[in-house]
Amino acid sequence: MTTLLQAKDLQVRFGGVLAVNKVSFEVRRGEVFTLIGPNGAGKTTVFNLISRFYTPTAGSLHFEGQALTGVPSHRIAALGIARTFQNIELFEHATVLQNLLIGRHIHHKRNLFGEMVFLPSVRAAERATRHKVEEVIEFLALQHYRESMVAGLPYGVRKVVELARALATGPKLLLLDEPSSGLNVEETGDMAFWIQDIQKDLGITVLMVEHDMTLVSRVSDRVLAMNQGEVLAMGTPSQVQAHPGVIEAYLGTADDATSLRRRPA
Amino acid sequence: MRFIFKTAYDQDIRLAKHGGHHFWYALLLLALLAAPWWLESYGLAQLTFILIYGVVGLGLMLLAGYTGLLSIGHAAFLGVGAYTEAVLAGMGWPFPLSLACAAALSAIVGAVVGLPALRVKGIYLGIATLAFGFIVEELLARWESVTGGNAGKAVGSVQMFGWTADSSEKFYFVCLVVATVCTLAVLNLLRSPTGRAFVAIRDSEVSAQSMGIHLAYYKTLSFSISAALAGIGGALYAHQLRFLSPEQFGIIQSIDLLLMVVIGGLGSVHGAFLGAIFLIAMPQAIASFKDLLPAAIGQAPGLQAVIYGLVLITFVLFEPLGLYGRWLKMRTWFQLFPFYRKGLFKRQKAFTKSDRLK
Repeated sequence: MTTLLQAKDLQVRFGGVLAVNKVSFEVRRGEVFTLIGPNGAGKTTVFNLISRFYTPTAGSLHFEGQALTGVPSHRIAALGIARTFQNIELFEHATVLQNLLIGRHIHHKRNLFGEMVFLPSVRAAERATRHKVEEVIEFLALQHYRESMVAGLPYGVRKVVELARALATGPKLLLLDEPSSGLNVEETGDMAFWIQDIQKDLGITVLMVEHDMTLVSRVSDRVLAMNQGEVLAMGTPSQVQAHPGVIEAYLGTADDATSLRRRPA
Repeated sequence: MRFIFKTAYDQDIRLAKHGGHHFWYALLLLALLAAPWWLESYGLAQLTFILIYGVVGLGLMLLAGYTGLLSIGHAAFLGVGAYTEAVLAGMGWPFPLSLACAAALSAIVGAVVGLPALRVKGIYLGIATLAFGFIVEELLARWESVTGGNAGKAVGSVQMFGWTADSSEKFYFVCLVVATVCTLAVLNLLRSPTGRAFVAIRDSEVSAQSMGIHLAYYKTLSFSISAALAGIGGALYAHQLRFLSPEQFGIIQSIDLLLMVVIGGLGSVHGAFLGAIFLIAMPQAIASFKDLLPAAIGQAPGLQAVIYGLVLITFVLFEPLGLYGRWLKMRTWFQLFPFYRKGLFKRQKAFTKSDRLK
């Protein structure tokens, strides 16, 4: 089946605020699907719905045909969905290596007494995990930072470690929340290459929220534009960027000074 | 300056990471094995106490230092373990069996005490555990048919299958074996997925959930293991003191335990034992200094408590990494001489975290 994730008429209410209203989209296997929109449009809220930190008040979410309602948030990783966070949520007082090892958690079986005694099978599992983590480190060129405590790392490196940790879980669907925020032009270029590598070499489907339009045009297959919790437009990057509603709400034009006019034009 | 050149993943997984580790820990083990010969009986008794408090400290370190869950009522688990051992040993059960039961019962109580941890965080969890501590202390005092109540309960020597630890040297070796096994178990746990899950919960619960870590299970597990270790320490404590009474397991003992792990250095296994050494050595130091102070201060009743409090405040303000942190800094100073910089151990303040989702 080509549809990996399907959202139908998603709606989430926080008290009187309708944060997400009748949002429907589908993410096909192997594509890069981007959500764009002004801040407060509800993009990260949609991510939190997929990660099951929030429950929708209406509508449904299906991943690989399985409904996500009722799945507790700690089971989402085991289904094959990994995410990064907008403001980095790394494990600060651990090394980069330990952060990535924690990412492999779902691939371990619970074995409390075996671990206390450190049976050979536990040791072998540790070696396998360490090997898998090394593959991710090599993919993102983090060798230099393996033993560094995250609390001492610069922001750009933390963003890469966040991506590495999400990749370490071995996902089918990768949710990237503003992967290029805070990165300079060169680092954004690196991020674009990595997203393309993730899509083509690793075969992982990417769903991302992004503000940088060059990055969006460069890597995305399809784009969904949101505003005030509702869908504005959906299509290829060029289609969405040409949509008049999107231009008015989000992109703006070169000589757009409507907000500065004192009287109507 | 030691640079470790790694050629195998096992070097990351091993406990002793290089030759220096092998050498110094072997030396420590030898010194501990030979203790009855180079320490007089008072010193040996203090060393036994250090081992016992070290085991309890391991438990609290696992809970507070590695999982980030505050527990101000930990003496309750100490008490449960001590009284279980006292009752079962009094009934003639062999030591390994009664020790296992003490650990198991403490673990169950720990799981119950840990239930608020699933709903409540930080200082409020501390308050909940404090309340449980009082409840357990009161239970120990009221359940007179089993615990002897406030009149206390006498405890015999360690005995198993015909062998009795009737001398302090023999009991010291029992404690050494138990402490070594517990330390190795905790170290193994910390280098396994479970230990990493604990650290994940401490640093970011939201991320931990995204990584597939079941918060309720691991928080309860942390409380249980921590309580079991305190129970084991309590069982040994019962045999060392020979006499138990409920007020030994009250809030003062809980605060002592918390003091021990904070001053030792939260987040390291060394910190548990360094804290235990501090806890045992401090009263001796105070006692010897008392005579040098003017009478008004030296003979004041609460002197020990005041000094403990001041030491704790000083450590929290000036040495948050604890005794182990200070040791690391000193060692690094010597290793990097003369290139040591003051900012080497400074941790950058965290960037803003994602909006709290729950």
